[in-house]
Amino acid sequence: MEFFKSDRVYDFMKYKIPFLGLSVFLVIASLVLLSTKGLNFGIDFSGGTIIQVKYTQEAPITDIRNELAKSEQFKNATVTEFGTKDEVVIKITNTTTDLGSDIGDQITSLLVSTGEFELRRVDMVGPKVGGELKEKGITALILALSVILIYVSYRFEWRFAVASIVALIHDIVIALGVISLFSVEVNLDILAALLTILGYSLNDTIIVFDRVREGVSKSNSNDLNEMINSSVSNTLSRTTLTSLTTFFVVFTLYVFGSEIISGFSFTLLVGIVVGTYSSIFVASTFLVQLQFSIANFRAKEAEKVKKQKEKERIRAMYEKGIV
Amino acid sequence: MKFFNYRVVIFLLCSAFGIVFTMPSLLQTEFGQKVSLGLDLQGGMHIRLGVKTDEAVQNKIKSISTSLKYFAQKEGILIEDFRFDESSLRFILLDSDEISKLETEIATIKGLVVNKDSELNYVITLSEPEIEVVKDMAVAQAVETIRNRLDQFGLAEPTVIRQGLSDIVVELPGIKTAEEERQARELIARPANLELMAVDEIRADQVYVLSEQKAREYGSVIMPDSRGDEIKHLLKELPILTGEDVVDARVVFDETNQPVINFTLSSAGARIFGDFTAKNIGNRLAIVLDGKVYSSPVIRERIGGGSGQISGGFSVMEAGNVAIALRSGALPASVEMLEKRSVGPSLGADSIKASMIALISGFALVIIFMIFYYGYAGIISNLALISNIFIILAVMAMFGATLTLPGMAGIVLTVGMAVDANVIINERIREFLKEGKSIAKAIEDGYSNAMRAILDANITTLLAAVILYAYGTGPIKGFAITISIGILASMITAILGTHGVYLALSQKISRDKNHKKWFGIREG
Repeated sequence: MEFFKSDRVYDFMKYKIPFLGLSVFLVIASLVLLSTKGLNFGIDFSGGTIIQVKYTQEAPITDIRNELAKSEQFKNATVTEFGTKDEVVIKITNTTTDLGSDIGDQITSLLVSTGEFELRRVDMVGPKVGGELKEKGITALILALSVILIYVSYRFEWRFAVASIVALIHDIVIALGVISLFSVEVNLDILAALLTILGYSLNDTIIVFDRVREGVSKSNSNDLNEMINSSVSNTLSRTTLTSLTTFFVVFTLYVFGSEIISGFSFTLLVGIVVGTYSSIFVASTFLVQLQFSIANFRAKEAEKVKKQKEKERIRAMYEKGIV
Repeated sequence: MKFFNYRVVIFLLCSAFGIVFTMPSLLQTEFGQKVSLGLDLQGGMHIRLGVKTDEAVQNKIKSISTSLKYFAQKEGILIEDFRFDESSLRFILLDSDEISKLETEIATIKGLVVNKDSELNYVITLSEPEIEVVKDMAVAQAVETIRNRLDQFGLAEPTVIRQGLSDIVVELPGIKTAEEERQARELIARPANLELMAVDEIRADQVYVLSEQKAREYGSVIMPDSRGDEIKHLLKELPILTGEDVVDARVVFDETNQPVINFTLSSAGARIFGDFTAKNIGNRLAIVLDGKVYSSPVIRERIGGGSGQISGGFSVMEAGNVAIALRSGALPASVEMLEKRSVGPSLGADSIKASMIALISGFALVIIFMIFYYGYAGIISNLALISNIFIILAVMAMFGATLTLPGMAGIVLTVGMAVDANVIINERIREFLKEGKSIAKAIEDGYSNAMRAILDANITTLLAAVILYAYGTGPIKGFAITISIGILASMITAILGTHGVYLALSQKISRDKNHKKWFGIREG
C-alpha cells in the first residue's frame, strides 16, 4: 500500500504565502488567547490541593458544595465531575503544612453527611514547591531548546537550526493556544507533553532537512525552492505514516486512558497535528526566508571536506616521517 | 545460505534478554528483579517535608545553655541574669577571678563566638560555619530518625531521602487506608521531644497570673497540660534530662488497663536523674512530651533505676506511636509538609487497567497497520517493536526503575515512535527498488542512507529526554526514563535487528522477486 507516489514532486513552495499566513494567524491567535484568557495552571505550578472523591452512588455535587461552603477555609473550593458521575474533584487553593491533620482529613470529616465515599487521591503542593516546579519547568524548556539549537547547528548549519527552532516555537505556541482555548489544566504532565512535542516535531523537521542536506550534496541544481519541494515530497510518505501511527496510539491513550492522563494525551494529539504540519509547511519555508544559499552551503561543505583531506594529508606526512 | 550474521545474533540475544528479564515482572514470580510500580499505580503516599532548620539552631543554643549552667553550678561559679533566645545566650559573671576557668570551659565547645558588652557581660552566639553544620546535621538526623520510625511502623518498603538543603522526601507505597495514612503522617511529624523538668515550686501557685515574659525572668517557663491548654504548669526553664538520654520505650498497661509508656534512661541519664531526685525529695517532677505536661508526680524518694513512665489518656495506637518515636529518637527540629501526593490503591488499579487497554489497542492498531502497509517488511518491523517493549521492561527491571503512569504513557509513545526508524528505512528501500536496484543493493543503500537521518532524529529526542530527566520531578522522570530506554533499544531492534533479518533473508527475497509481498509496493 502507498499513500503518495514517491516519484511525484508536489509544489509546496508555490503555496508558501497562504501556509505562512495560516501559521502567522494561528500563532497570533494563540498569543492573544494566552495574554487574555491565559493558562489554567493546576496545583503543580500554582500551589493548592486537589482531592478526588469517589462515591458509591452518583456524587451529590450540590450537597458537597453546600457542605464546603459552610467552612470558612473551603468556601472557595471548586467541585467538578471527574470522568464518571460517581467521581468528583475538589480543587482548593489552600494548602496545609500540618502533617497531623491535612486537608484530606478535614474534607473527609466535612463530607461525612453526603454519603458513602472514598478519597482516591489527595495532591497538595505548597507554594514554595509550586514556584520551584515552575522555575524548573521553564529552565528545562529553555535548556532543551538551546541544546537542540547547538546540536542542529553543529550537524547542519545555523539557518537550519534557526528554522527548526522557529518551527518548534510555532508548535509550542499553538499547542499552548489550544490548551488555553480548552482550559486544559496545566500541570507537570502537560509540561512533559510539551517537551515530547518538541522532540517529536524536531524529529520530523530533521528528517526533511536531512533530505535537503542530501539533495544539496547530490544534485547540481541551485534552485532552493525546487530542492525543498522534492525533499518534502520524498519524505511525505514517511511523515504522514509516522504521524499516523503515533496519532493512533496517542488517540487510544486519549480515548481509553484514565481521566488523569487525558490532558496529557490531548496536548500530545494537538502537538502531533501541529508538529506534522509545521515540518511539512513551515520549517523548510523558513529556510528560504532566512536566505539559505545552496551555493554557499556547498562551498562550506566542500571547504570542510578540503580541510579534512588536508588534515589527513598532514597526518600521513607525519606518519611517514616527512616534515 | 548464511542465516546467522552478527546483526541477527545481537538482535536475538537482546530479544532473549528482554523476554527473560521481563518474565519475573509479568508473572510476578518470587525470584528475579521486577519492575516496581510507582505510587500512582499501586497506591501510596509521597510527601516532601521541609525541616525547620532554624529550630535546630535554637535547640543547640538551648543545650549549650543547659551544659554551661550545669558546669557553673558544679564549679560554684556565680553567674547572674542567665538567659537565651533563638540565636544567642547571655549572662553576667559576678566574679572576675573565674574568667579563665569559665572561658576554658567555653573554649571546649566547638563553634562558639564570644562577645562581651563589658568585661563580665557575656554574649555567646554560634559561628556562621557552625550554624551551617548544625542545620546540615539536623536534616541528616531527621532523615535517619524518620526512617527508623517508619521501619518500626511496619509498612512495606518506605523510602526516606534527603532532597536539596533542607527537604526530605518520604515515599510510602504500602499504605492502603486513609487511617493508615494519617497514622504514618502523625508518626513522621511527632517531634518526640521528651523532657524531664523540675516544677518551680516557689512560684507554682502564681502560674495563672504570671506573664510568659515575667516567668522567663525567673528562669521559668509556662507549659500547658496534655489534658487541655487551660491547665498550666510553671516549670524551670532548663530541663534536667532530655529524650537523648532515653534508650528504650515500651507500651505497657497500667492497673486500670490504660496504655502507658515505660521508658528507660541511659546509665549517664540514670545517674543525673538519681542525683536530682535525691536532692529534690518532696518537690514535683514534670514529664513533658512535645511541649505538653503529661504528669507531675511528687518525688517521694531517690529514683535510681533510671526508668520512668508517661501516662495521660493515650489510645493504644497513639501510645504505640509515641513509644516508636521515643525509641527512634527525637526530631532535631520540627518538619512541615511542603508537598503531598497520595493515591488510593483502587485508583492505581484503575489507572493500570486504563493504560493497559490503551497500550494494547494502540499497539494492535500499529501492528495491523504496518502489515497492511508494508507486507512482510511490516512483520519484520513489528518483531523489532515487540522486542523493543520487552527490552524496555527488562532494562527497567534490572535497574530497579519504577513504572509510573507517565512512564506507561512513555511506552505507548515509544510504540508510535519506534516504528519511525523502520518507516524511514522501508521508504528508502522502496525508493531504491523503484529506481531498479537489486534487492540486496536496495537494502544496503536503504539502511546506509536512512542511518544519518535516524541518528540525528534519535539523538535530538534523546537530548530532550535527558533534560526532562534532569529537571523533571517524580513522575516526569519516569516518562523520561522509558522514552530514553525506548530510543536506545530501538537502535538495536529497529535498525540493527531488522537489518540483520533482511540480510538473513536476502537470498530468499531475491529469489521471490515479489515486491508487493515483501515491501508492499504496488506492481506496475
